Amino acid sequence: MIYLDHNATTPLRPQALEAMLPYLRERWGNPSSPYRFGAEARSAVERARARIAEALGCQPAELVFCGSGTEADNLALRGAAQALRGRGNHIVTTAIEHHAVWHTCQALEREGFRVSYLPVRPDGVVDLDALTASLCPETILVSVMHANNETGVIQPVERIAALTRERGIVLHTDAVQSAGKLPLRLDRLGADLVAFSGHKLYGPKGAAALYARQGTPLAPLITGGDHERGLRAGTEHVAGIVGFAEAVALASAEVEAEAQRLGTMRDRLERQVVAAIPDAAVNGAAAPRVPNTSSLSFRGIDGESIVLGLDLRGICVSTGSACSTGDPEPSHVLLAMGVPARTAQGSIRVSLGRETRTDHVDATVQALADIVERLRGISSLGGEAA
Amino acid sequence: MDDEPGTEEQGLPEMAGPVIYYNETVLEHFVCPRNVGQLDDQETDGFGLVGDPICGDQMKLWISVRDGAIARIAFRSFGCPGAIATSSMLTELADGKTIEEAKRITDDDVVEALGGIPERKRHCSLLGVRALQAAISDWERRRAAGDGRP
Ligand code: FES
Repeated sequence: MIYLDHNATTPLRPQALEAMLPYLRERWGNPSSPYRFGAEARSAVERARARIAEALGCQPAELVFCGSGTEADNLALRGAAQALRGRGNHIVTTAIEHHAVWHTCQALEREGFRVSYLPVRPDGVVDLDALTASLCPETILVSVMHANNETGVIQPVERIAALTRERGIVLHTDAVQSAGKLPLRLDRLGADLVAFSGHKLYGPKGAAALYARQGTPLAPLITGGDHERGLRAGTEHVAGIVGFAEAVALASAEVEAEAQRLGTMRDRLERQVVAAIPDAAVNGAAAPRVPNTSSLSFRGIDGESIVLGLDLRGICVSTGSACSTGDPEPSHVLLAMGVPARTAQGSIRVSLGRETRTDHVDATVQALADIVERLRGISSLGGEAA
Repeated sequence: MDDEPGTEEQGLPEMAGPVIYYNETVLEHFVCPRNVGQLDDQETDGFGLVGDPICGDQMKLWISVRDGAIARIAFRSFGCPGAIATSSMLTELADGKTIEEAKRITDDDVVEALGGIPERKRHCSLLGVRALQAAISDWERRRAAGDGRP
């Protein structure tokens, strides 16, 4: 199997697994228990918190452990919106957010908040003029993702932070697709709330975190105890948190070298695809992107058919986010970038990772060329402009 | 997973990514679709073009009619795996049938012949059926206009 869907999930690093095992086997105590057996689990959680804080440049007390990136996004958006409700009811986000943010904003609209969904430019970067223009005295929260899950396009979070900070607006960013792929320094990014997840960076599923800058107003979604400073009640997933911290520390140590390696391979992939396959395009290529992600469009054929064709040859890629698999509508991200619906429909996402080697890339391009040709042979759009 | 205990009986919503859950017959028709292509103008007695406004998939279908039966059938599809496989199966079912029999082919017949299809992909099977009906109507129109073959 050639796995090129690392934006969906990544394999657990052996070191993370090793770090987790003691907390699944002998040290299974509850971190809230009053005896030393509990304290052992408690100190594992706090050591993990300190490791992540150290690796990403924040205070340990600014990290709230959650069960998933989606939960961290929910805590950020719903938690800040609720805490700030007295100050205003306007939220600003973008048209290219992951469902975790998008659908949560829609839910907040049903609760009476007004949400602006900002357009992006054709290169996939949010329009900063539109963002500035959208801010008003009622704006309490801005949420702009750090790197897009489909295109990998990086949003100018630091510049957005400059705009929100001077207006006293809380800024959230979904960094699920950038953490582990870019050198991430939470103290320099400027966002008040940052969501990131373990299983996207070779840690376990079920462990994620929300960074909440000290002093950021936030109400809990889950109540029932003092866990996570009252922001997320529930017995901690000790082993998961330990494995998450291990993965974050390892990813941070190697992020620059790995980004370089992946970027070179991604560029090779895109060069070969465009050279070998007529009417192929790379989406978002004009913007800065995380180095592992490639969004490719092929005229006249359907992306799901490409994905299945590759799957039957043992190659895993996706059409968009794993969460929208089977969704018959074309990607909202590509549509927002102005990609025509037909072209968006013929798009796939290839995301490389730690185990990816050059020969995987070459084999994938070869298979892709075959499949695209075969599907175009079936396509009713054969000779026409799509 | 297919063999997850209890899933079927409890009638839980299908967890399926459609990609993973096509059965072997569907996959086989996706990989080797039957009757792909198009008929040239002399051979074409009926042509149908239909699209699905939601997913954007599209299908073209040609029939050649001899003595009131479908003598040749061909299709092209801009489509998802479901559209390709169901269209392929539809052409197999329709090939050689009399026009009256062909008119009675439903999307359920196609899905049944394939041994089932993920729920989210059921609408794909309508594409071929509608295209066939459109092609038959076209044939009927041509005959009424005096330039169709019987
Ligand atoms: S998804 Fe619409 S025809 Fe298959």
